Amino acid sequence: MTEEEIGLIEAEEHPLDCYLRKGRIPHIWCPGCSLGSVATMIIEAIRETGIDPKNISVISGIGCTGRTAGYLNFDSFHTTHGRAIPFAIGLGLTDPNRKIIVISGDGDLASIGGNHLIHAARRNADITVICVNNFQYGMTGGQVGPTSYKGQVQTTAPYSNIEEPFNLPELIKACGATYVARWTALDVRRVKESFVEAINHKGFSFVEILGACPTTYGRRNQLREGIAILENFKERAVIEHGIDTEKVAIGKEGPIIVGRFVDIHDKPSLTDNLLSIQRMATASKGKGS
Amino acid sequence: MSDNKENTPMVNTGEYFTSGNLAVAEGSLAAGCKFFGGYPITPSSEVAEHMSIKLPQTKGHFVQFEDEIASIASILGASWGGWKSMTATSGPGYSLMLENIGLGIMTETPCVIVNVQRGGPSTGLPTLVGQQDIQQARWGSHGDYEIIALSPNSVQECFDLAITAFNLAEEYRVPVTILMDETIGHMSEKLIIPEKEKIKIVNRKKPTNEADGHLPYKADEDLIPPMAVAGEGYNVITTGLTHDERGYPALDADAQKILLTRLLDKIRKNKDKIIKLEEYMLDDSEFVIVSFGISSRAAKGAVNLARKKGLKVGYLRLITVWPFPDEQINQIAEKVKAIFITEINSGQVTREVKRAVEGKTEVHGLLKLGGAIHTPAEIVEEIERRTK
Ligand code: SF4
Repeated sequence: MTEEEIGLIEAEEHPLDCYLRKGRIPHIWCPGCSLGSVATMIIEAIRETGIDPKNISVISGIGCTGRTAGYLNFDSFHTTHGRAIPFAIGLGLTDPNRKIIVISGDGDLASIGGNHLIHAARRNADITVICVNNFQYGMTGGQVGPTSYKGQVQTTAPYSNIEEPFNLPELIKACGATYVARWTALDVRRVKESFVEAINHKGFSFVEILGACPTTYGRRNQLREGIAILENFKERAVIEHGIDTEKVAIGKEGPIIVGRFVDIHDKPSLTDNLLSIQRMATASKGKGS
Repeated sequence: MSDNKENTPMVNTGEYFTSGNLAVAEGSLAAGCKFFGGYPITPSSEVAEHMSIKLPQTKGHFVQFEDEIASIASILGASWGGWKSMTATSGPGYSLMLENIGLGIMTETPCVIVNVQRGGPSTGLPTLVGQQDIQQARWGSHGDYEIIALSPNSVQECFDLAITAFNLAEEYRVPVTILMDETIGHMSEKLIIPEKEKIKIVNRKKPTNEADGHLPYKADEDLIPPMAVAGEGYNVITTGLTHDERGYPALDADAQKILLTRLLDKIRKNKDKIIKLEEYMLDDSEFVIVSFGISSRAAKGAVNLARKKGLKVGYLRLITVWPFPDEQINQIAEKVKAIFITEINSGQVTREVKRAVEGKTEVHGLLKLGGAIHTPAEIVEEIERRTK
């Protein structure tokens, strides 16, 4: 152990502490929940990009995942349910150097905020959206959601869910997103790498993280412990980079396909397009319009 | 600060013959607005259209969003990026915006919302006049709050009050609504845009202390906290949850009381500075017409007509609708035989006037329910009938 390391231990400070807001820890998340490690991966990824923390903004909606922004010591915004994306777009457009990271849950982003999600992808807005999918609504006590698979049991689907879930990568790809990936929360190294790619990506990037919610998902679906959910992911996960997203839907059983599905670099982003409109407008103003 | 960060006003000095919708857009540009997020809706769309032409010329951005909810959320975001921002809509869109107007109130985010009112409820009368969102602007978002809302009654005032709205939003850190109506929005009149130097611009206070240990929601004596924005190194924090001076969620009755009291008081205690009224022939009047927006044009005509007939009628116009001028109206009530309110709704300002007069005088609403404006003659007729 180097002297420096010993010093750190004595100070009881973790090297990532400065990225967390003082006095906000302990967090509200349950034991066995994936959200803590997802937050850590976001910090690690930001560090790895080398971007000046001043130029990072983190925006969340409402829900368990929606609490993430408030713990992170960047410019951070806890918005309304479903509306993190348009807030983030407005914020991002005020400075093209600002990196915008939206982190929220599946219910927040794909249900109440679904309209904003698809349009942000269509516009190729310059934001990274990290969607932690735990297959239902955690904070409100485990209600069924748009990512719940058929046969899943939740408090508002007591006889089992009868609806088809969204296949998020397929949805987002179809809308025009230029970076789409999915990982399980277990795969921390690849999660972090993917976050780095997404943050560095120009245009709309979307990373779905399959997370463990033992409290309101697991215990109703024979996966009582967080670790059981993760083990289930591990058994079923198959990496298939570049696979047709049509094939990555998640059901009660069968493989869970993860990987980097879309990575396109030649499509102008919303900011690019707006800046070129500015150039057009300034030129035509010169002509006296 | 990069060029892009400045709220450089675009002042198109000159004399024009134009509409209220274009005037409110020009006023917003003159106030330094650089971001417009909006969604088309009759009768407000010309505001968006005009901003889509002008904003890119000022290095600002115009984005037409997927709906009004996205529009309001985007302007809150832009405001936290340091840009003055706005949206424009009508009643149905305003209804959709209300939850996030609440977020703007809770996070003390300066921004301006134009509501060109039409007849309602529901889809109502999309192309016809209404003044039915007065109470919606005051109480529509959930929870308790105080809001500022202004009501122009001419094309010139659409321009002038747009600047006032941005200034108030910046000064008090609150979303400000401009309550226009279809007639004011679409009618054309003379507009004079003054020289840039003659326009008073207010910008939000900035913190002067170090970022380290900065308390983003610790207010100064005026009850308004200085506002750092994203990218300035303060690690700004916002939440719609009840929060303490650090901006951290504080979910208990004490924190709620401290925060909400301040949010209410920063408007209530500055009422006298915020409220603007226009008086006409009030001094010797026995009867007073209270009005605002397009209805006030007919009301003023009615005063002139009544005076010709020997009736001592005066006029009070609410330029500021919210906060409501309780004291001023109460004082008037002590001196007059009756107060009449002309408005195009079922009595939304009438009930406020009734509350404010505390039974000191008679109060009558002269009400239209949307789709048409009053005529001076019918107002005078009504006054004569009720005062015989
Ligand atoms: S309810 Fe589920 S998602 Fe929410 S904190 Fe607990 S484990 Fe995590």
